[in-house]
Amino acid sequence: MFAAALIVFRESLEAALVIGIVAAATRPIARRGWWIALGAAAGVVGAFGVAAVAQSISQLAGGAGQELFTAVVLAMAVAMLAWHNIWMASHGRQIAMQAREFGRSIVRGETALTAIITAIALTVLREGSETVLFLIGISSSAASSRASLAIGSVLGLAAGGGAGVLMYAGLLRVPVSRLFHVTGWLILLLAAGMAGQFARVLIQADVLPALASPLWDTSSWMPDDSVLGTLLRALLGYQAQPSATQVLFYVAALVLIFAAMRRAQSRIPAA
Amino acid sequence: MKVLLALLSLSGPVLAADPEVTIQLREHHFAPSEIKVPAGTKVRLIIDNQDATAEEFDSFALNREKIVFPNSKGIVFIGPLKPGRYEFVGEFNQSTAKGVVIAE
Repeated sequence: MFAAALIVFRESLEAALVIGIVAAATRPIARRGWWIALGAAAGVVGAFGVAAVAQSISQLAGGAGQELFTAVVLAMAVAMLAWHNIWMASHGRQIAMQAREFGRSIVRGETALTAIITAIALTVLREGSETVLFLIGISSSAASSRASLAIGSVLGLAAGGGAGVLMYAGLLRVPVSRLFHVTGWLILLLAAGMAGQFARVLIQADVLPALASPLWDTSSWMPDDSVLGTLLRALLGYQAQPSATQVLFYVAALVLIFAAMRRAQSRIPAA
Repeated sequence: MKVLLALLSLSGPVLAADPEVTIQLREHHFAPSEIKVPAGTKVRLIIDNQDATAEEFDSFALNREKIVFPNSKGIVFIGPLKPGRYEFVGEFNQSTAKGVVIAE
């Protein structure tokens, strides 16, 4: 039961944190709760769809289909998160100023939502499809263990969801003037983490070289399967033994997206 | 003939084939559960899932995870590895599906 809980927790954590951060980041935008729910629901439907054809996908590209599919989904999510951050860099100040007006929500902000909702849908789809395949796998276990596996899975999902709620609640305490700055950084780190994962799956499929591997080994003081390690992995893309190429992609994504954000910000004419 | 040889030499990695190791998954156990691979070189690991359920080959140490479907094979490239022991598990059946890659 605990094993199932941990697996489902790990799968749902990243998606839950993305949703929690995005929900906080889009706080002044009207009706964003509905859009987020729609994105998550689309991701869930997509997850079942992907799980259904996962075996066929896996056999594509000489057996590298799974990795290539995951890489494409990750790349799209990184692009969406980057787009959101760049958009916010050029419009964020406007939105924050308008949000301070009493009782006003920004309808225009919905253009910023498309990218971020897509990022949510893609993340839920990616993590969800793995969870669905896991659940299908354990559903064929002996009836005696099925109940405890089911309970474990629900607990894991609840814990993952709970972490997302905690993240959202925590971010709500940030004053609106700083909120976009904080969520901007969190989203930037999420995007970098996904870029690192993108590199990892391509290394696995022998599309990219690993280079120095591992670049470092911090598994003795922060193991990957510890609770804190799991949290840091979901938030920052932390790994105890990453390949050099992964770290390269991570840093490159950080630098490039940050540079694009600064550039977008500097283009705003002085008020 | 010379042209052919020159062309063949351009395909580098294809001819200098990476070492290949196969492990089977039977009754949610890896067989063999201990595999030796040469250190310092990329290795082509083939997971032959002979069970009726899917399994996820998962290893933090090797930095790899892949779902292998029932009655099919999955390919994972590992390495180049420094000499040492690298544990892996079948995530869906962690109590029984365990193994270690020894690079030397």
